[in-house]
Amino acid sequence: MLIAVAAIRMRDLFGVVILFGVYSLLTAVLFMDLDAVDVAFTEAAVGAGVTTVLLLSSLRLTRRWEAPPRHSPLLSLLVVCVTGAALVYATLDAPLLGDPTSPVHKHVAPRYLQEAAGEVGMPNIVTAVLASYRGYDTFGETLVIFTAGLAVLLLLGFREETNTPVESGSMHEQVVLKTVVKLIIPLILLYALYVQFHGDFGAGGGFQAGVIFATGFILYEMVFGAENARGVMPADWLPRLAALGVLLYGGVGIFSMLAGKPFLDYSALSADPVQGQHLGVLLVELGVGITVFSIVLSIFYALSGRKRRHD
Amino acid sequence: MIEIPGLFNYWVVVFLMMAGFYVVISQGNLVKKLVGLGLFQASVFILYITMGNLSGGQAPIVTEGVFIYSNPLPHVLILTAIVVGVATTAVGLALVVRIHEAYGSIEEDEIHALDLADDEALSMEKDDPQDSSE
Repeated sequence: MLIAVAAIRMRDLFGVVILFGVYSLLTAVLFMDLDAVDVAFTEAAVGAGVTTVLLLSSLRLTRRWEAPPRHSPLLSLLVVCVTGAALVYATLDAPLLGDPTSPVHKHVAPRYLQEAAGEVGMPNIVTAVLASYRGYDTFGETLVIFTAGLAVLLLLGFREETNTPVESGSMHEQVVLKTVVKLIIPLILLYALYVQFHGDFGAGGGFQAGVIFATGFILYEMVFGAENARGVMPADWLPRLAALGVLLYGGVGIFSMLAGKPFLDYSALSADPVQGQHLGVLLVELGVGITVFSIVLSIFYALSGRKRRHD
Repeated sequence: MIEIPGLFNYWVVVFLMMAGFYVVISQGNLVKKLVGLGLFQASVFILYITMGNLSGGQAPIVTEGVFIYSNPLPHVLILTAIVVGVATTAVGLALVVRIHEAYGSIEEDEIHALDLADDEALSMEKDDPQDSSE
């Protein structure tokens, strides 16, 4: 909370962004405390990692200092106080934290908890619900991410500019940094793969794995420069990879339709329904992982490859 | 775990949500507005996860000897929402970058003033076409 207030007060946008990252990390710790390991994992990777990097790269393209406020904030403060008071009044009727009789726990959740292990055949219920029971939602969300990535590319341009921005030079002399990063990157990528394929047993899955994998590449680009990173993973492959991920997800759905089952019913994939479910979830998570990875990385490329406008 | 009053989490959520809301409506800087939107978003995430929590529950990964799990459904919703959130934030940032390229500023007031000046110049041209062509 204090961090949030400090972030509002500060006029140096660089500091605001870093505080926002700290805030995300603290939120992740809170999620962990509330038994939401998968969510904590995602928040730590996305909020504290990728969002901060993206905000910083767009600050590089704009400016660091915020102008002093022109008008008094009293009116908006009043609006906020009134809304906040109304919301606090509303919480007085809300169920207490951890109350097992609250309506949230009465609907479909007990069924998921009891049946998921038998029907889908994987201990991590979050992954089972994500990829199997609510497969349509997840497909939709993957499409949203894909569309958002395309929107960024359309706004900032597919094509790289002919001369990439000149590095400040200081990065190239950082021997210690380079050596450490060289050691860390393979571990990051390996860990991402572990998260990807182990998501059905422990915390993790396609979303987290894609983000972590992209983080490895972002680190590489930041330390070793844009040309090296684009040599490893060319920018024009990324939209194709993203489309491939979405197609993989949709393809699994179409396949089960062709096999005479409803769209995205994975039991069509194998003679044994539980086996089929497991295979389906793995394929779908792979599709999600590929899409998320390539979209995050291409957004970063688009932001970092752009030259600063001189004003 | 320490005993916390049952509603405390909701109040934290309300506070954070209002903090984000305040930033969005009162600050002129576009990047800061996006950060405020992020604050707001995170508070909603906390609200969902709070609802999914169950006292004495464990993380929803089936293990021997554990019978109470917290509700997996909010976790699924929020997990995807976080990733979608970063994607939409990126779209916002891309727009900010383009606005900065077009106007040379990311302050709402300055952009508005520039727009007004543009409009005035345009209407002047319409009123007096010969003046501008000379």
